[in-house]
Amino acid sequence: MQDITLHITDREGVEHNIQAPTDMNMNLMEVIRSYELAPEGTIGICGGMAMCASCQCYIESDHDLPEQNYDEEAMLAEAFHVKENSRLGCQLFISDALHELKLTLAPEE
Amino acid sequence: MIKTDILIIGAGPTGLFAVFEAGLLKLKCHLIDALPQPGGQCSEIYPKKPIYDIPAFPEVLAGDLVDNLMKQIEAFQPGFTLGERAQTIEKLEDDTFIVTTNKGTKHHAPVVAIAGGLGSFEPRKPPITNIGDYEDHGVEYIIRDPEMYRGKKVVIAGGGDSALDWSIFLTDIAESVTLVHRRNEFRGALDSVDKVQELKDAGKIELITPAEVIDVVGNGKVEGVSVKRGAEVFNKECDHFIPLFGLAPKLGPIADWGLEIEKNAIVVNNALDYQTNIPGIYAIGDVNTYPGKLKLILCGFHEATLMCQSAYKRIFPDKRYVMKYTTVGGVEGFDGSKKEAPKAVIKAIN
Ligand SMILES: Cc1cc2nc3c(=O)[nH]c(=O)nc-3n(C[C@H](O)[C@H](O)[C@H](O)COP(=O)(O)OP(=O)(O)OC[C@H]3O[C@@H](n4cnc5c(N)ncnc54)[C@H](O)[C@@H]3O)c2cc1C
Ligand code: FES
Repeated sequence: MQDITLHITDREGVEHNIQAPTDMNMNLMEVIRSYELAPEGTIGICGGMAMCASCQCYIESDHDLPEQNYDEEAMLAEAFHVKENSRLGCQLFISDALHELKLTLAPEE
Repeated sequence: MIKTDILIIGAGPTGLFAVFEAGLLKLKCHLIDALPQPGGQCSEIYPKKPIYDIPAFPEVLAGDLVDNLMKQIEAFQPGFTLGERAQTIEKLEDDTFIVTTNKGTKHHAPVVAIAGGLGSFEPRKPPITNIGDYEDHGVEYIIRDPEMYRGKKVVIAGGGDSALDWSIFLTDIAESVTLVHRRNEFRGALDSVDKVQELKDAGKIELITPAEVIDVVGNGKVEGVSVKRGAEVFNKECDHFIPLFGLAPKLGPIADWGLEIEKNAIVVNNALDYQTNIPGIYAIGDVNTYPGKLKLILCGFHEATLMCQSAYKRIFPDKRYVMKYTTVGGVEGFDGSKKEAPKAVIKAIN
């Protein structure tokens, strides 16, 4: 499969059903930026190095996601508005495993 | 009043390189930055990380790039107002500008170049509803004068280097130091983590983990904080609460200067000279936007170069000038230094 479908609720509460390519080495934060679902400058501030938490999102479907790595865990421990289902979008790479993933963007800090 | 030719707001890589290009045109620069050190994102967010797309540098650490830029512009003797945020701008009748910082420092220049990147770096504030009521009444996000904590009870929150380092430092000054962090692990230099462990074992730092400060308690000034650990919530008495969660960029006051803003960035005329909708104010580097904009260091360098040429024409409308290669013209510093290509040696062969 080349494209997967994602269901993303933006910070204004609007739901978007979008297609994301699995063969471009993109992460979820980059996909969100490419569709401009959050204003530039409010997401991806550290460029995707798990250093800013501006890409935090809440995962609402029960997908089996890759474990958090050390950097993601550490950043989420310093982020605000963190919930049980929080993940950093920049640490989730677009793959078939994410097909039909449902998520909401965390509020801007 | 500080007077200069080009007043640069933001001392990131773009602002620093602008000093060099301006210097070649004999224009003097002064830079304002909210951070206490130059370098912008490179020094604040990722000084120890490598960059691979600076032309002719196959690999360079962000911190080294900044050091090199500082070295490159040294001869042009730029002035710096550091640790202050450019707050207001005023256009005078003669079309020059006065920029005033949040601390009241005034700067006067015929050209203003905003090289503000993603914005001025401001402390990240935890989302505690009433925290704003206690700012400067016991809640501080930046430690300016450690002496004010002498003999006081201090609670610090955070898990990075600054939370660790200040906890260690304040043990000698404060009556008590408590460090609250959401995890048992800390993301800081190993020796700071070891030192905190040592001070904890010696009873000099109280460590509350995994826990979170959820409320500030007091009456006009801080008297304590509510700490949540698992299901348990308890009050921790203190005189000061210092959340140290690092800094994040905010466009801030520049957004209210009457400049055209789009996507959190300043719209500029990219076909010409990166001037904004206000003649005399330019925006270069990450802070600007135009069709096809890329937020890259090399693009900022290019924009800074063109901006300086246009600034020269604005300052000296009647003077003729053509760009000279540095190899040909050399680099003449304002400090009297001169760098130039060695002259060819002429020697006859007999
Ligand atoms: C983790 C990471 C990795 C990156 N990797 C690369 C890479 O590999 N290659 C690349 O080309 N780029 C990379 N970048 C992007 C690069 O760092 C930026 O493009 C560059 O820093 C922009 O420089 P700048 O001078 O325009 O702005 P900045 O570096 O953002 O500097 C702007 C400065 O302006 C100050 N400022 C803003 N407003 C005010 C105000 N009102 N008053 C006072 N001061 C103010 C800020 O405090 C800041 O210091 C990376 C960025 C990050 C975060
Ligand atoms: S983009 Fe900064 S943590 Fe994901």
